[in-house]
Amino acid sequence: MQQIKLSYRVDGGDFVRAGEASGNMKLSLKKLGLPPELIRRAAVCMYEGEINMVIHASGGQAEIIVDMDALTIRLVDTGPGIADVARAMEEGFSTASDAVRDMGFGAGMGLPNMKRYSDEMTIESAAGEGTAVTMKLYIRP
Amino acid sequence: MKHSVVLQYDRCLGCTTCIKNCPTEAIRVRSGKAAILNERCIDCGRCIQVCPHGAIKSLSDPLEKLKDYKYCVAVPDPVLYGQFKHLDDVNVILNGLLKIGFHSVYEVAKAAELLSDYARERIRRGGQRVTPQISSACPTVLRLIRVRFPKLIPNVNPVIAPAELAAILARKEAAEATGLKAEEIGVFSIVPCSARATAALVPELLSKPVLDGAFSIRDVYLKLLGPMKELEEIKPLSSAGMMGVGWAYSGGESAARMDERYVAVDGIENVIRMLEEIEDGRQPEVGFIELSACVQGCVGGCLTVENPYIAQMRVKKIMKHLPVSRNRFIFNMDTADLLRTDRELEYVPVFVLDEDRALAMEKMGRIKEMRSHLPGLDCGSCGAPSCHAFAEDVVLGRANPEDCIFKVRERMQYVAGGGDADEYLPAPFRRPGAHPGSLPEDASQR
Repeated sequence: MQQIKLSYRVDGGDFVRAGEASGNMKLSLKKLGLPPELIRRAAVCMYEGEINMVIHASGGQAEIIVDMDALTIRLVDTGPGIADVARAMEEGFSTASDAVRDMGFGAGMGLPNMKRYSDEMTIESAAGEGTAVTMKLYIRP
Repeated sequence: MKHSVVLQYDRCLGCTTCIKNCPTEAIRVRSGKAAILNERCIDCGRCIQVCPHGAIKSLSDPLEKLKDYKYCVAVPDPVLYGQFKHLDDVNVILNGLLKIGFHSVYEVAKAAELLSDYARERIRRGGQRVTPQISSACPTVLRLIRVRFPKLIPNVNPVIAPAELAAILARKEAAEATGLKAEEIGVFSIVPCSARATAALVPELLSKPVLDGAFSIRDVYLKLLGPMKELEEIKPLSSAGMMGVGWAYSGGESAARMDERYVAVDGIENVIRMLEEIEDGRQPEVGFIELSACVQGCVGGCLTVENPYIAQMRVKKIMKHLPVSRNRFIFNMDTADLLRTDRELEYVPVFVLDEDRALAMEKMGRIKEMRSHLPGLDCGSCGAPSCHAFAEDVVLGRANPEDCIFKVRERMQYVAGGGDADEYLPAPFRRPGAHPGSLPEDASQR
């Protein structure tokens, strides 16, 4: 079965370039002719994930796998990890610094949005061990 | 699809300036000349502006076309007002137009003012459905949306462009004044850019054109210079205020809406970035976006004469002498129909690799594979704007895999037998060390 893999490196601390990977991903998904609404959801998931890696984990790796029936976004970083995943999923909860908040980020909507716009989401993380977020979006014809 | 951006072969040297600057990667160099991929071109005019040899131009109608009609109406864009030095009365230009073959004038700025009044009334009444609303004034932006941002098609403001409204009203007015049939009247816009020249005959949001042609500001400017100096009397023809004339530059349309929840973005790269963000829902505060493909807005169009910053300064100076607004839109069913679009943009998936998704995926797989063997210099020697575009061209059958200069190196190595092909290659493609003009072997350490 045909499968497309796209990988992007996300640099830490670089807010200006955050969003670059999601923009590139979007163009590739458009070239595959995926439904526009799915692309939009994928872009939101990817962008929020990218921002999270920039804010909390000094960057990481994003991998997108497109199969005929689903799109999988996997974001892996070697940052501080999430101590309390359930807590982090609450809307409005954020551990972002004041400096980051001053830039308009850290509203505590990242993970909740990623969950909302994906069909399945799993977080593998422990304090001090980095984080891997996997989101799956089904491609319905 | 019809375009007004065309190549002048005798002037093209086959350099790679245009292919690098095209925002939709619509140009390739083939056999020493640029070639435009028609379905990708959005008529933005970037190539016209960047070509160092003036080899790309925009087709607009020749002024001789005025002879084909019994009665001709000029529909001048307010950008025209910013082209002249030491001018503070728009009437001088409008009277000048009557000396070069037009019988009457209907200002685009006047129609713009009607559209602004309509927009303010809509805002006052509330109930806007899709946010943010995207201005429909720049035809390049509309073309960009229809090839690359289908999700945003419903966000496009469903009103026609000021020049189109001006043309409809002008033809009506002229028919009433002269008793001539509509087809005996020629209505011509005087436009700042290639996109508006195309849009005159192939409108994006109307099923039928309402203009009979478009002249470039550049052509009209040259014709006007003499007659404007020799006017015996200056009739008061100007009928637009500041709000209409302000549409000449980026931010003018937005300001006239009197609603501060707007952004005005100019320059095609900035426009693309903003559309990406809007598409992802990343700018929820924005109520209205005015997008201009050209830097500084329409004053930056490729068919103008004056530096866009200077033109904008002059337009603002002229505006100081005008009332704020001189046109009210009479809000009723008939009039509202007049300025509403009669069709939506249609998504044209020119970037999709294949309609069949399985095939598209297979092609993308091959493109990625091909790309991984290319150097990633984006040197343009193959005639494509980037290594990625080249790989795509190869897989889509538009280019030969051997066209890459690094492939040429391999072939030359073969031809040279045991010899060193680097000797025959230009400096950027030589391996370090070997030859004078190459980097030293340890250059990577620096």
